Amino acid sequence: MLMATMTPTLEAPPAARRGVWGWLTTTDHKKIGILYGSSASVFFVVGGIEALLIRVQLATPNGEFLSADAYNQMFTMHATTMVFLVIMPAAAAFTNYFLPLLIGARDVAFPRLNALSYWVFLFGGLFLTVSFFLGGAPDGGWFGYAPLSTQVPEVVRMDYWALGLIIIGLASLLASVNFITTIFTMRAPGMTLMRMPVFAWMSLVVNFLLLFSLPIITVGLIQVFLDRNIGTLFFDAANGGDPILWQHLFWLFGHPEVYVLILPAMGIVSEVLPTFARKPLFGRSFVIFSGIAIGFMGFGVWAHHMFTSGLGPVAESAFALTTMFIAVPTGVKIFNWLGTIWGGSLRLNTSMLFSLGFIAMFVIGGLSGVTHAAAPADWQQHDTYYVVAHFHYVLVGGAIFGLISGLYYWWPKITGKLLDERLGKWHFWLMMIGFNLTFAPMHILGLNGMPRRTYRYPEGLGFEFWNAIATIGSFLIGVSMLVLFWNFYRTRRRGEIAGPDPWDGRTLEWSISSPPPEHNFDQIPVVEREDDFWHRKYRTAEDGTAIAIEPPPNMEFERDEDIHLPSPSFYPVLAAAGMFLVVMGLVYVPWGLIAVGAGAVTTLWGLFGWSMEPITREEH
Amino acid sequence: MSDTAHAHPTPRDYWLIALILAVITGAEVSVTYIDALDSVVAPLLITMSAAKFAIVVGYFMHLKYEQRIYRNLFLMGIIAAPILFGTVLLTFGVLIGD
Amino acid sequence: MSIDTLAQEHPGPHDVSHIRKVAMWVFLGSEVLFFGSLITTFLLYRTRIGDGPGAAEIFDIPFTSVSSFILLMSSLTMVMAHHSASRKDWRQMRVWLVATAMLGIVFLSGQVFEFTEFVEEGLTVSTSPFGSSFFVLTGVHGAHVAVGVLLLLATALMSFTGRLRDGEGMNVEIIGLYWHFVDVVWIVIFTVVYLMQV
Repeated sequence: MLMATMTPTLEAPPAARRGVWGWLTTTDHKKIGILYGSSASVFFVVGGIEALLIRVQLATPNGEFLSADAYNQMFTMHATTMVFLVIMPAAAAFTNYFLPLLIGARDVAFPRLNALSYWVFLFGGLFLTVSFFLGGAPDGGWFGYAPLSTQVPEVVRMDYWALGLIIIGLASLLASVNFITTIFTMRAPGMTLMRMPVFAWMSLVVNFLLLFSLPIITVGLIQVFLDRNIGTLFFDAANGGDPILWQHLFWLFGHPEVYVLILPAMGIVSEVLPTFARKPLFGRSFVIFSGIAIGFMGFGVWAHHMFTSGLGPVAESAFALTTMFIAVPTGVKIFNWLGTIWGGSLRLNTSMLFSLGFIAMFVIGGLSGVTHAAAPADWQQHDTYYVVAHFHYVLVGGAIFGLISGLYYWWPKITGKLLDERLGKWHFWLMMIGFNLTFAPMHILGLNGMPRRTYRYPEGLGFEFWNAIATIGSFLIGVSMLVLFWNFYRTRRRGEIAGPDPWDGRTLEWSISSPPPEHNFDQIPVVEREDDFWHRKYRTAEDGTAIAIEPPPNMEFERDEDIHLPSPSFYPVLAAAGMFLVVMGLVYVPWGLIAVGAGAVTTLWGLFGWSMEPITREEH
Repeated sequence: MSDTAHAHPTPRDYWLIALILAVITGAEVSVTYIDALDSVVAPLLITMSAAKFAIVVGYFMHLKYEQRIYRNLFLMGIIAAPILFGTVLLTFGVLIGD
Repeated sequence: MSIDTLAQEHPGPHDVSHIRKVAMWVFLGSEVLFFGSLITTFLLYRTRIGDGPGAAEIFDIPFTSVSSFILLMSSLTMVMAHHSASRKDWRQMRVWLVATAMLGIVFLSGQVFEFTEFVEEGLTVSTSPFGSSFFVLTGVHGAHVAVGVLLLLATALMSFTGRLRDGEGMNVEIIGLYWHFVDVVWIVIFTVVYLMQV
């Protein structure tokens, strides 16, 4: 596949690939995917504990559990962690692991850049989290509205937030360049864009969204940092600056980001439903084009987050209309999924249950979202728990349910063992019930006027009962997660061996062993149609049913002779560590400048070593 | 894939292009000094700047000669930016005279 | 724009130069939005000068025109370097690379001089939102030029070792794309930030 000038190096030097050193220096997209997934799980526990602390505080009126200060840190870090350190890297984990497999490639376009993305993300996440132990975590909300983000420059909490998001954004930006390039240049022969699996399509849209939205918030974050540290006046209303500009820069990023979070889950569901309904995805091209439409329109609705900031009737009407319109392609997808399961021979295993749960919960969240589209109604709902209920239905009931569905679906491919179905069903039902107990009451609380982001509420306003229910529900979600982690552990000990194709799958990853060999495909597949792997196994009878082809297709191929795997490299993690030192030092200027200098030298050393490294596969 | 790349310009073409760019820059600076043009100076400047932009991207960056995928990828940003930021400035009333 | 025109439908053998150019153009598309945000901030704040000097009082158009011209001409030397590299004329390539870097350094020196002048005349980052947005926009652009200078000099130096010889033409082309883009951004800044504000 690659016309390289070097000798075949399928067998890498064994010492380089084992143990901690092997993980630190890996450039294998599958290992990097596992790293993303493990990190996201750890941060999920952190963000989950933060959420439970919030719920304990709010369980009763006049809660005494957290101080106002601690509460501010909790809700800021809960949202920041869940958005940037859980859902995004979890989606990145699946993209890393499965995008090359789905399009029939041996790796991403730039394997070392891929490793750099991961390490910068990890150091960024650690940077944000260690702030808890260094004088307090960010406390100005995940949206960092000025002046909440710019005031009190002597307390460094929001410096951690601004710098942390800048480097996590850098990691995502590098990854998006990498994935877009991979999709446009590394597909297997015959894998036209329209034959690509829907998950790969949704990854493409997501990475374009990131590519065009991250630079905008990066500028805003730089401005916040400079306002705090060198006295610029970008968001200083007393001196002519305009805090509303921050809101625009933030939501120009923030709304596309919403689709960055949900589209990977939609892609997963579009893979899971056809597999377990044993039918092709209904209206496949409609699903793809709806995804593209969501991507485009996602950039045209940002100001609906700002209806109460006084945009004026013209702008508010325009953004209300675009917001209502974006429900159309989303609705199209819902009907496509329903059409897919209609008349299918359904297998209701855990992965399928989570996908079905996704559809139901996402419909509820989507509908309550449409109710915010009308600006006058939004003025009533703004900053109440109704909004909290809405976005948890799309982000937990939507994004997290979809990602967990993908976890049960692809776990056997990654580890070679099937997750336990009995525990899986316990997990699903506990989570489904706990989730609805937690967030459905918030609709009522919000409509009754309970404001967001307040650390206590007085007795006698009618908030007690539903808050108590929500807290009980949140602990049920916690229990369901313990079941999931127990399932991981149990499967590792004595899970059922999956084999290459446990679900009778449709896409290319099921045509190779579980877990896949390091070089993915012995021979790069030649793709002839959509769901190519399925059509190698089945032909369609006259009445439309699938008939297995006898004898089953031979999936053993002779191994290509010129397979070139990327060599492991120490330089990505080195460069990322340097960046960590730089941002750490920037928080504590002036004496931190020593760390900035050391970090800059380390990063340059990493990048220089990188460019001088012996020619590897990405270089030829 | 290099067969899709057409004959690239010669060094002589590059010098000629640079000369054109220099002339446009001179014209740009000059119009700001001519008081009679005050009412049309903004559209004039924007047109000339856009021309320079297109020349550098098309000839020096070879976009004119290369595969369409590069052009399309770049165009997405070039089209998105004025629409998005124009809207932002409109909501502040900046582009409609303040 | 149909899907077909976005990418060829049947990708052929993987061509590293093609892969890298796709990546660079994707990245530059992102940079458009990055500089777009900075320019938008400037346009919003261009008249918010507080007690400090405004654009018409402080800008020295003849001086900036000269430094803009110098950066513009560096695109010519850059494209000549690429041309030499594609003919595998490494000696000439090095000459043009260093010439490009030198023009970049002259431009940066001009910017440092301009900044010092402005500060002496009473415009700093904390004088007014106009000052903040002007210095941050042009400063971030200057940082991009500085990165470009480093890349050019590093490539010129590394070409002596001969280690990157095979990929050299490719490296010069990719760095060239970056360099031209930074020049193009200045074309916009020179018009929008300088000429249209006086």
